Amino acid sequence: MSAPFSWIKPEPHGIYIPPADCWVDPSRAVGKALVTHGHADHARGGHGETVATPETLAIMELRYRTGAEDDAGEIPHKAVPVEYGETIRLKGDVDATYIPAGHVLGSAQILLAHAGERVIVTGDYKRREDPTCPPFEVTPCDIFITEATFGLPLFTHPPIEDEMAKLLDRLAAHPDRCVLVGAYALGKAQRVIAELRRAGHREPIYLHGAMEKMCRLYEEHGVDLGELRLVSDYTKDDMRGAIVVSPPSALNDRWSRRLPDPITAMASGWMRVRQRARQRNVELPLVISDHADWGELTRTIKEVDAQENWITHGREDALLRWCQLHQRRARALALVGYDDEDD
Amino acid sequence: MEEFSVLIDALVYTRSRNEKLRLIAEYLRATPDPDRGWALAALSDGLDFPAVKSSTIRNLMKDRIDPVLWSLSRDFVGDTAETASLLWPAPDQPPSPPSVSETVELLEAMNRKSVVTELPKLLDRVDPSGRYALLKLATGGMRIGVSSRLAKTAFAQAFNVSVDEVEEYWHGLAPPYPELFAWAAEGEDPPDIDNLPTFRPFMLAHPLEETVVNLGDYAAEWKWDGIRVQLVRAGDETRVYSRSGDNISATFPELLDVLPFPAVLDGELLVRGTVQGGEEGGAASFNALQQRLGRKTVSKKMLKEAPAFVRLYDALLVEGEDLRPLPWTQRRARLEALMERLPDSHFDLSRIVEAKDFEHLAAIREGSRDDAIEGLMLKRKDSPYITGRRVGYWYKWKRDPLLVDCVLMYAQRGSGKRSSFYSDFTFGCWDGDPDAGADLLPVGKAYSGFTDEELKKLDRHVRRNTVNRFGPVRETDKSLVFEVAFDSVHESKRHKSGLAMRFPRIHRIRWDKPPHEADRVEALRALVRD
Repeated sequence: MSAPFSWIKPEPHGIYIPPADCWVDPSRAVGKALVTHGHADHARGGHGETVATPETLAIMELRYRTGAEDDAGEIPHKAVPVEYGETIRLKGDVDATYIPAGHVLGSAQILLAHAGERVIVTGDYKRREDPTCPPFEVTPCDIFITEATFGLPLFTHPPIEDEMAKLLDRLAAHPDRCVLVGAYALGKAQRVIAELRRAGHREPIYLHGAMEKMCRLYEEHGVDLGELRLVSDYTKDDMRGAIVVSPPSALNDRWSRRLPDPITAMASGWMRVRQRARQRNVELPLVISDHADWGELTRTIKEVDAQENWITHGREDALLRWCQLHQRRARALALVGYDDEDD
Repeated sequence: MEEFSVLIDALVYTRSRNEKLRLIAEYLRATPDPDRGWALAALSDGLDFPAVKSSTIRNLMKDRIDPVLWSLSRDFVGDTAETASLLWPAPDQPPSPPSVSETVELLEAMNRKSVVTELPKLLDRVDPSGRYALLKLATGGMRIGVSSRLAKTAFAQAFNVSVDEVEEYWHGLAPPYPELFAWAAEGEDPPDIDNLPTFRPFMLAHPLEETVVNLGDYAAEWKWDGIRVQLVRAGDETRVYSRSGDNISATFPELLDVLPFPAVLDGELLVRGTVQGGEEGGAASFNALQQRLGRKTVSKKMLKEAPAFVRLYDALLVEGEDLRPLPWTQRRARLEALMERLPDSHFDLSRIVEAKDFEHLAAIREGSRDDAIEGLMLKRKDSPYITGRRVGYWYKWKRDPLLVDCVLMYAQRGSGKRSSFYSDFTFGCWDGDPDAGADLLPVGKAYSGFTDEELKKLDRHVRRNTVNRFGPVRETDKSLVFEVAFDSVHESKRHKSGLAMRFPRIHRIRWDKPPHEADRVEALRALVRD
């Protein structure tokens, strides 16, 4: 019999499963990849075969054209869809089950089982309600591999209703201006729009061109975003008193000059720290994140109650310390290539 | 305190200078005395409460959160007050915020012992934004992108008075500035400062950079490498002020009874020393002066070995007469005439550098390697003495910096604008031949000279190339070369390399250069001149 958990190997470029000869969220192109969700630092293009939820596969198709034909008229990439709750058998008697992670549309934790041992790779997750995806499900396992993007006790994301109220109040106070909200193009943008609708905002919302296709994809998957308009189709005057959503990179870009005196807002968990908001020239910080905050991370570790916790990408030192203080076994994995700047 | 914390939050998130001025002015008009005076003090010079320091806050937090989690959080945020405001446990009772003046009274009443119980009570009375404003106010120095000058300008705008007049009275008054508000807001007589030895803000220079000036209109002087001071005598009292207006009289007692008449004089404070500053005369290097800075008391030995004197640049007021509106040539003539009434033990005159034309002056500047000279000053002959930097009047033309290639060794997170980014870099030079196995020795530290874009790349480099962690310090894999610029280098026992650089900054990031091609310690040592 081989040593416990020798079938799962954290490598710098992802988590490798030797008996199945495949990787979870590899940060470079590999033969076979299991992908937790569609964000670029988890889902890279160029794999030979990708196993993911149908939503994640659709997102990857949109971003990397993974469904494109080669010169011989064949599609070289093999897409293997797995529904939430479904288990597929991989080579070497490894089972993979996809479980909702509550992060973005299609996001999943992957439960890997082999020789009676169970390992969960969370990818990214949150525990808050999100109208654009099903909630995180607590699932028992032996090793819990958790993210730690907001793994510091100072990160407490406030209720999203408060942040929406802040945004709508500011909009109402400046009917001649617009509020430009910087939000990550996949997930955050659609969640902000859906939450605005839930808060009763019925006006058209204007989009930066780079967000259109992803919003349409969300709508095709049953997420109602209300009336969306492209900034490029309208004039400055049309957008007075309106909300405009753009990728964070466009906030201080020349592009924003076409807007009517925009109030710069940014939807990100980093906005909790004043200096972070200042560094990005943000006037209206909205503390909204698709990642678990400190309370959610520690609560999840307690609820999952695994024998061992492996902590990846983010501020792993503090979460490691917390585990130590609470007599929970933990180690930090040094994975490279995960970028948390805009979350 | 509620309105004050709303103001502070609004200022934190406001980019535009005009909008900041408007926000502060509006607050000052709408808020009663003495709250607005205390707020103005907090925004300009900062308030000082001896019992409340950053270390006080750290100690309070230690009872409320694991110390490792605290220091990781503090390290990420880069600001003790903000970290504490975010981590302070939510109180059970509803907020009952005190006024700004009540807050000041309570903070003033605290001592080292009572602060441990009293500050938490105060923190429990306000909401998280209030805690941030309170801790910022209590520890002095808001660091929210509002300069002292901006706060004074906002005051001037609020009450439609001249900011130069505000500056003139400012340093003779103390918070909460009742006389200042009575004058500006209520139309009463201006404060009387004639018989007080108060600081008058300095006239400053712009860097010359690409500008070429006509030497018919400008006079040139050496820019001495000491500290700029203002010597003020009113009545029987003489004070020495630093560039920022700090009273540093206690550090230089030998200058307090040598000015024989009431005056305000502008000059460079230098020390005489065993290492003389070449033929330009009589001053030791900045390294020697540094031994005397920041001391509250001075030993007899120091006074004997490194006595201070002032090399005079300008005269602002002499025996009740205000010379500031006069053109520079006339002030200079008055200053030269004054010299015979001043003891040459403690005063000399910064001489004028004569040059045929601009090229000639450039050649003189190139040739000046005297250690007490930082470069040249160019002063327009008809310039009055005006507070602050005014384009076209005074220029500073520093010597070109020295350059050396170093390897990044350690990094730490910065604070303020650079908070949460790895932005404080320790770098080293090779202690021998790197290909023969020589090690790097740290030679300096820098946290400036790069753009925000470069900072992001550097931060990423550090995070991806960390090989070791020592608390907040990360050791990197020594793969990145910096071209470091610095003004001079001196022998120093404080560093293992035996060298200390003056004002090092990152000149260029050499992403392309292999680390073994960086300079050796000997190359740096060869640049030592004292």
